[in-house]
Amino acid sequence: MSGSLAQVVAHIGEEVAGPAAEDVDRKARFPSEALEALQAARTLSALVPAELGGWGLALGEVAEATCTLARHCASTAMVFAMHHMQAACLVRHGRSEFLRDVARQLAERQELLASATTELGVGGDLRTSKCAVERRDGRFRLEKQAPVISYGAYADKVLATARRAPDSAPNDQVLVVCPQPGLVLEATSEWDTLGFRGTASPGFVLRAEGDERCILDDPFSDILERTMLPVSHILWSSVWLGLASGAVDRARRYVRAEARKQPGATPPSALRLAELMVVYQQMEAHVTGAARHYDEVWNDPDATTGMGFAIAMNSLKVSASTLVVDIVGRAMVICGIAGYREDSEYSLGRLLRDAHGAAVMVNNDRILANNAQMLLVHKES
Amino acid sequence: MEVQIRQVLAEHARLAVDIGTLGDRDDLYQAGMTSHASVSVMLALEDAFDVEFPERMLRKATFESVAAIKEALSELCSAAVD
Repeated sequence: MSGSLAQVVAHIGEEVAGPAAEDVDRKARFPSEALEALQAARTLSALVPAELGGWGLALGEVAEATCTLARHCASTAMVFAMHHMQAACLVRHGRSEFLRDVARQLAERQELLASATTELGVGGDLRTSKCAVERRDGRFRLEKQAPVISYGAYADKVLATARRAPDSAPNDQVLVVCPQPGLVLEATSEWDTLGFRGTASPGFVLRAEGDERCILDDPFSDILERTMLPVSHILWSSVWLGLASGAVDRARRYVRAEARKQPGATPPSALRLAELMVVYQQMEAHVTGAARHYDEVWNDPDATTGMGFAIAMNSLKVSASTLVVDIVGRAMVICGIAGYREDSEYSLGRLLRDAHGAAVMVNNDRILANNAQMLLVHKES
Repeated sequence: MEVQIRQVLAEHARLAVDIGTLGDRDDLYQAGMTSHASVSVMLALEDAFDVEFPERMLRKATFESVAAIKEALSELCSAAVD
């Protein structure tokens, strides 16, 4: 397959992910067929540098592809996005030859990376770990109680946070690539949710062991600040933008069909569509602007470690996750009963349920509380 | 200046260890200072030294050790005298 990442992914969205979306949602099952297609097209190595066998793309291109995919199936796009968040951490913070080999292997085998950053008993705070890495004779061991590992059962490797050593403070964390063999995930709960049902994200007890060089070079606080937080918020927002665009598309088709029924008259819903476009453009400008900005500054520590940058990235997440619900709601008003029905070509039920996941996955209140804290000392706006 | 910095840290950094056991270059974050606590430290330092940290200094590295804080404050205090 050839073409830009967005073209390749658009094709998979139309031909594979879209047609399966309803079944994936109904059965709350992993979108295996779409992932296989994404692997066959070698898209999982989009962020891996070319010299390691990947595409060597900038984040903006992955964000665009994520958005395209989300128009067809938001769960598939979410898996795609979360994989690339982990891949970004690996390729940008795994500088040793050993970790470069891990990235090479990702590209070669199109491995799917998952993430275990949250832990039972820390109240959802990423910057606190209870579990610790134990090192002995060049090997590491780790056991972690993870309340959620998205698509954990389908991942080839899991990147987990843990305290640096058993005597480290709770916020002195590292990020470890937990490899196969040596990784055992024991499911502790089910994943039966309102939306994003295809991400298959139950809780697990994670037990891992491997070469101690699997521990990333930089402290997790740096990885989070410079890469994981901005990349996550940009790619999540891109999923929601694609979801919103799917809703806009239904509203637009509905208004057009209405207009065709009465040639010469503009249907009343057209005004609502015009209003909807105002909000959609706001969202699109914010999300694509943030992705573009990050691509310009990602390699500049001065630009990505300041409070202003963190506040802006947090605001992006809050804004996009709020606007997506607004946009799907507006599309529902436009499509009326046709959008409310589960059996029409304008159905918005799945999109509405998925949209509500945005504000609760990493809760907006937690993010706003972080910004509130930083704004006590931050001076510029 | 250093005594005052250490006093602010003792009151606001919520370290896992006694500040007295840490050297000037020891990493305060590794000693348990969270980013939340670091904001309190910033505010208390601004208060104690009657300065305002400009945006370029509002980053993790500025507050990572007693020495780093001292360096930042020295720059701000000398600028105030000029």
